[in-house]
Amino acid sequence: MQQSRKIPSPVVNPETKAFWDAARERRFVVAFCSACGKAHWYPRAVCPFCGNEAIAWRAAAGTGTIYSFSVMRRAKEPYVIAYVTLAEGPTMMTNIVGCDFDALAIGQPVSVVFTDTDDGPPVPVFRPV
Amino acid sequence: MTINGKAYIAGAFEHPTRHAPDKSVAQLHAEVALGALADAGLRREDVDGYFCAGDAPGPGAAPMAEYLNLNLRHLDASEMGGASYVALAAHAAQASALGKCNVALVTLAGRPRSEGMATGTAPRLRDPNQPEAGFEYPYGLTTANGYAMCAMRHMYQYGTTSEQLAWIKVAASHHAQHNPNAMLPQPVTVDEVVDSPLIADPLHRLDCCVISDGGGALIVVRPEIAKSLKRPLVKIIGAGETVKHLSAGTFDLTTSGAARSGPAAFAEAGVVPADIKYASIYDSFTITVLIQIEDLGFCEKGGGGKFVADGNLISGTGRLPFNTDGGGLCNNHPANRGGMTKVIEAVRQLRGEAHPAVQVKTCDLALAQGTGLQLGTRHCSATLILERE
Repeated sequence: MQQSRKIPSPVVNPETKAFWDAARERRFVVAFCSACGKAHWYPRAVCPFCGNEAIAWRAAAGTGTIYSFSVMRRAKEPYVIAYVTLAEGPTMMTNIVGCDFDALAIGQPVSVVFTDTDDGPPVPVFRPV
Repeated sequence: MTINGKAYIAGAFEHPTRHAPDKSVAQLHAEVALGALADAGLRREDVDGYFCAGDAPGPGAAPMAEYLNLNLRHLDASEMGGASYVALAAHAAQASALGKCNVALVTLAGRPRSEGMATGTAPRLRDPNQPEAGFEYPYGLTTANGYAMCAMRHMYQYGTTSEQLAWIKVAASHHAQHNPNAMLPQPVTVDEVVDSPLIADPLHRLDCCVISDGGGALIVVRPEIAKSLKRPLVKIIGAGETVKHLSAGTFDLTTSGAARSGPAAFAEAGVVPADIKYASIYDSFTITVLIQIEDLGFCEKGGGGKFVADGNLISGTGRLPFNTDGGGLCNNHPANRGGMTKVIEAVRQLRGEAHPAVQVKTCDLALAQGTGLQLGTRHCSATLILERE
């Protein structure tokens, strides 16, 4: 089952423009702190672990596992909201698409795909590997 | 410094309405304010501190202070979602302890039912400047599916079942049948809960709270004022508050801020969970109750499913009587914010003024627990411990 929900455009601001510019090229990047070496989510210009502003955008593996999820039934088109723990460490909110919703399980491996939004950059979502 | 014994809840009032299409939000705030003052035996002119949160027609406390024509020397408009009123009662005690006010008024009111709000199931972009907005709103985060992800993870980690969650609704409904104002006064069974339609897996329709108009208010006063009034003495002896968030992507959805605000409140009060005779536990969803009960220490982490099953939360038969007014699950969830009614029912229990069918015997120690905003992302937690003197 493919997700058919219309996805609103993400809010883009000066701090996150680089992330969304990469997304327009279908590149999934994660913010790393060059000072402490840690990846974080959601992306910020100031490292939430050490406070440094030496943030670098690095290409992410685009793989992860489902930390938790829920099939939203009370919607025009059911959709799956989820948290996926990335290979780089942090856990991010996303959607799971392109699968039988009833067969999903926590711990399942997933990989990133981009899905179009109203009139903004595409957003990263995941589907089972 | 402690607030233990520095202030008393002298007045508490819950608006009887559950549907107020013909009243304004400001009017509802005013009606509950006057109701709580009458309950305390105080006058509007006595109020010198006003405490409100994001449901008050804002910005902050000024518009309602003007509407009520209050003459104030202390203001607090701390916004913590549904946990605000539990925290604001404690803030009022702090202000009282420091001599910043003598008579503090705390109000809550709203009319989401009249406004036809799809409270739990519609994605909402509250403020585009919220830094996470771009990384959450596109995915269709709603109140219901955010809490549902907590439930899903709790089931995965601890084997919690939908039937165990359903017992929380069953207990609330047993209490609500004695409340003439309750929106859902009919007792329900475990089967009825798990057979109700799924909203967001694994939460069913009957795992969710009601949507109602209404409000409530509290009057918090200095000890000498409390002792001059005719009402039973309900003393604030401990409080804690915190925010739990996604910690830059390193979070555990099975715990809540109650794991921090609870121990802080118990330490200040000098009591332990086993001492508590009655607990008001915020119940936006059944899972909210289960996680907070664990985090407050009423049972071990992961043991909440077993703890809440088989009527253990029902007054008169269970070990931990909870939400004897029917709670948000069955009675009332004014302004989509349950913290106020949590404190009000705890006050009723300590005064011996709960419905006789649900009144806890010799109820001298009670807890009110609030969770505000979204358990599945970032939420505020506030714990208040009250003693009958």
